[in-house]
Amino acid sequence: MVVETDLVVVGAGPAGTSAALAAANAGLGVILIDEAREAGGQVYRAPARTLTAAIKTRDRDAAAGVRLRAALDRSSVRFERGLRVWSIGERFRTDTVGPEGVRTFKAPRLIAAGGAFERTVPFPGWTLPGVMGLAAATILLKSEAMLPGRRVVIAGCGPLLAAVAAKVSGGGGDVAAVIDMASRRQWASVMLQLATRFNLLREGAGWVLGLARRRVPIHFASTIRRIDEADGLLSVEIGPVDGKGRARPGRSSLINDVDAVAVGHGLVPGVEITRLAGAAHTYDRLRGGWVPVLDAMGRTTIEGLYAAGDGCGIRGALSAATAGTLAGLAAAGDAGALDPDTLASKSEPQLKEAVRLDRFSAAVSELLALRPGQVADIAPDTVVCRCEDVRRADIDAAIADGAADVNQLKHFTRCGMGPCQGRMCGDVVGELVALHAGSREAAGAWTPRPPLRPVPLADLIGSYSYNDMPIPKPVPL
Amino acid sequence: MQLIVDGRTIAAHDGEMLAAALMAAGLWRLRTSPRKGTGRGAFCLMGVCQECAIFVDGRLQQACSVEVRDGMHLELRGAP
Repeated sequence: MVVETDLVVVGAGPAGTSAALAAANAGLGVILIDEAREAGGQVYRAPARTLTAAIKTRDRDAAAGVRLRAALDRSSVRFERGLRVWSIGERFRTDTVGPEGVRTFKAPRLIAAGGAFERTVPFPGWTLPGVMGLAAATILLKSEAMLPGRRVVIAGCGPLLAAVAAKVSGGGGDVAAVIDMASRRQWASVMLQLATRFNLLREGAGWVLGLARRRVPIHFASTIRRIDEADGLLSVEIGPVDGKGRARPGRSSLINDVDAVAVGHGLVPGVEITRLAGAAHTYDRLRGGWVPVLDAMGRTTIEGLYAAGDGCGIRGALSAATAGTLAGLAAAGDAGALDPDTLASKSEPQLKEAVRLDRFSAAVSELLALRPGQVADIAPDTVVCRCEDVRRADIDAAIADGAADVNQLKHFTRCGMGPCQGRMCGDVVGELVALHAGSREAAGAWTPRPPLRPVPLADLIGSYSYNDMPIPKPVPL
Repeated sequence: MQLIVDGRTIAAHDGEMLAAALMAAGLWRLRTSPRKGTGRGAFCLMGVCQECAIFVDGRLQQACSVEVRDGMHLELRGAP
């Protein structure tokens, strides 16, 4: 059965929820779909059902999540929770799978608001159990009220480092060290650009002061060189890096007896829906990778398809909400639910806000952007594609054998062909191919194909059985 | 609440994410990689990496997107 409506929104983070609310307020019938049980995405992720009371809503993000979910509850938006979108078809058939099997929605307009996922640039030992993404650690802290480990190393780049370290330390965990790729000087220039955002600056300063009070060592302009495991504990080797992420000659040091490492090197926009639909994309290093080409309202190059939020380039939750509202208004306007004057007057303040936020988010995006030197430095024996155990050396050999873009590389090596469908390694592999192909544009991007997420075949077939097969009548002889 | 992991019983809290319950029980290694057979554990916790895909009551599911249920049977043998 296909459920038809005016607008389908995929992704219920700040962008998708804001888009759904704006379009519904303008009178459109809206179906909002998300993999999770609760709206909020990752930044405004809801706490586990049984922990709602225990997790403080004094936290800025937690409180914003509560407000977002309340607004959604009060609206006419139909929220379809726990559904994974596995295919997008013609104008716009949206195929999903959930605990109750497959469900299909259809609308003349669709807003893609799938958000981002985390990039981790590989190093020896990054596949060891106990090593996890920085965003994964925030999920444990935020949704499960759980520490990632007893003695933890927190590494990578961006503002999440200090946030995670402060929460681990404040929750009674031992932060063995914070390893930050950015130098003190880089942070100082970001702080200058953030100076207009007093609340954020105060929050950030609070984290750093808290870490200093607990005497947590912070290593700036440093990175993890490798992690080794012995007797169930991890030892982490760190060393200095330059501004481009390349290892600098200099003394490395060891941090021993660690039981968990949280490491993340920024975020990559999740563009599977806009790519599958055939919209034009462009490579934007600052905003995390390939992003759809959009007008100021969030219209893609495909009529009726809109996109908003970190899935269009990394700008953070505040920008995502603004972009979502604009895309929702645009969809309503294009559907004829808002007359041009109302659309213009409702959009104007949001457009101004988007420009303002864009300036300030650029500073943080720069901290989170891929550092080319870090990719160039990946050692030959390091596993790059976790799913298929493809090493840097295998990738370089395939390129030497003539793999000219990422799709040819995939055919040569199976890199990106495993169950994560190239999400974990795609950005780094694009960069490795670009080292030879000359640019990310020449290296290309994986060809998008359904299913967008692994789907058990049994779920797709559902209760359909052999006996349900239509058997045509035999042709009379 | 109790879960059965490869025949062994571990404790879990109502409402908890399965991947978190396994970590809390010290079960970091959830599967082995298909080609080289090296140990792997939950990595992204947001449904992307597939490293926590384990058999939950006979069905392959991501431990990061499943809530624990009393008496759940789990197998850490990895995808076939």
